[in-house]
Amino acid sequence: MASLKLHGLPMSSCTTRVMICLHEKGVEFELVPVDLFTAQHKQPDFLSKNPFGQIPVLEDGDLTIFESRAVTEYVSKKFKDQGTDLIRQDSLEESTLVKIWAEVESQQFNPVINPIIYQFFVAPLQGKSLDQAIIDENLEKLGKVLDVYEEKLGKTKYLAGDFYSLADLHHMPYIFYFMKTPWAHVVNERPKVKAWWEDISSRDAFKKVAEGMKFGDN
Amino acid sequence: MAVMKLYGSPLSSAVWRVLASLYEKGLDFEFIPVDMKSGEHKKEPYLSLNPFGQVPAFVDGDLKLFESRAITQYISHEYADKGTPLVVPGKPMAIVSVWMEVEAHQYDPLAGKLAWELGYKPHFGMQPDHAVVEENEGKLGKVLDVYEARLSQSKYIGGDTFTLADLHHLPTLSFLMDTPAKKLIESRPKVSAWVADITSRPAWCKVVEFRKQH
Repeated sequence: MASLKLHGLPMSSCTTRVMICLHEKGVEFELVPVDLFTAQHKQPDFLSKNPFGQIPVLEDGDLTIFESRAVTEYVSKKFKDQGTDLIRQDSLEESTLVKIWAEVESQQFNPVINPIIYQFFVAPLQGKSLDQAIIDENLEKLGKVLDVYEEKLGKTKYLAGDFYSLADLHHMPYIFYFMKTPWAHVVNERPKVKAWWEDISSRDAFKKVAEGMKFGDN
Repeated sequence: MAVMKLYGSPLSSAVWRVLASLYEKGLDFEFIPVDMKSGEHKKEPYLSLNPFGQVPAFVDGDLKLFESRAITQYISHEYADKGTPLVVPGKPMAIVSVWMEVEAHQYDPLAGKLAWELGYKPHFGMQPDHAVVEENEGKLGKVLDVYEARLSQSKYIGGDTFTLADLHHLPTLSFLMDTPAKKLIESRPKVSAWVADITSRPAWCKVVEFRKQH
């Protein structure tokens, strides 16, 4: 029986961020579904695991960890000797570059792609009409961020260097959904970014998780 | 051996975040001002230090870093044996990481917007947008309710000792304490005590002094 329990859903971006990592490390885990539609995530039992009432949450014995990027860091460190080396701790330079580009995902990329994904996929489910102004504003910002990526990926194969790492992995759920929107050209117009996405999304660990990412499919 | 260099503006809260970690660790460094008014940060040679054209940037020997929270983490791990320990060994570090992420994703987007509206805008002679202020104060209040519960169980936000998880909050917290939004903190006793504690740390007082002198 798996000792790791991941509370979340197979189509949730933040849950899949963790699942891709678990698969890259070859770590067994149990996915425990959380019923968002009956607001299970706002009930006391779940709030005792994550007081912010969000998925995912990882339970490993007596440790309860939330915030997907804290979970991926924990998994990458704990299982550093198996699977893909996602954090490059043996090299000061490489591990520092991973940290920098993971922060870039967190601080530059996530804030501008998140509103687009929300407007296109989530707002309609809540009975709201899509706010094109928000989309347009963030598409412009996303383009500028990806211009920096285009230049970086002209120098290195992946974001932190010539090695796949958490810095690349953290981007994957939102890019996957973004490529299903009418604005995928923002990625496709940038050849290095496009090639990078095609490369990382062809990884086995990602393909296993992408099967469950049915948000937006009819 | 070349001394570490911190590039940035004395007005930037992200620069203060890095300064706090340098002072906590008692490290020697050179501060190199970047003239943001003239757009120095959007041109070469600065862009080769931070391709996003933002401050801070940090150079330690051959290593060039940007993103303040990557820099503080680098400093905390590479100079672990100097000054205040800002990271902890073993399993407890997983919980520190959780609350570092909370700062970055739950707290900072809201506190940052309020700091902009209530702190920076008046400084530049602009009017705050009251709708934005009200919305973000409401949301930040809910986040601080979680902090209030957390700080009833834990002396500091990441665990029993002061760590990066607390430190990362300092720039915007101290900003907000100078604005009407301070009511959000003052109305929550545990949060209020925590803020009073961490903002009175000698290293943070040095950052405040640095801001005044530049």
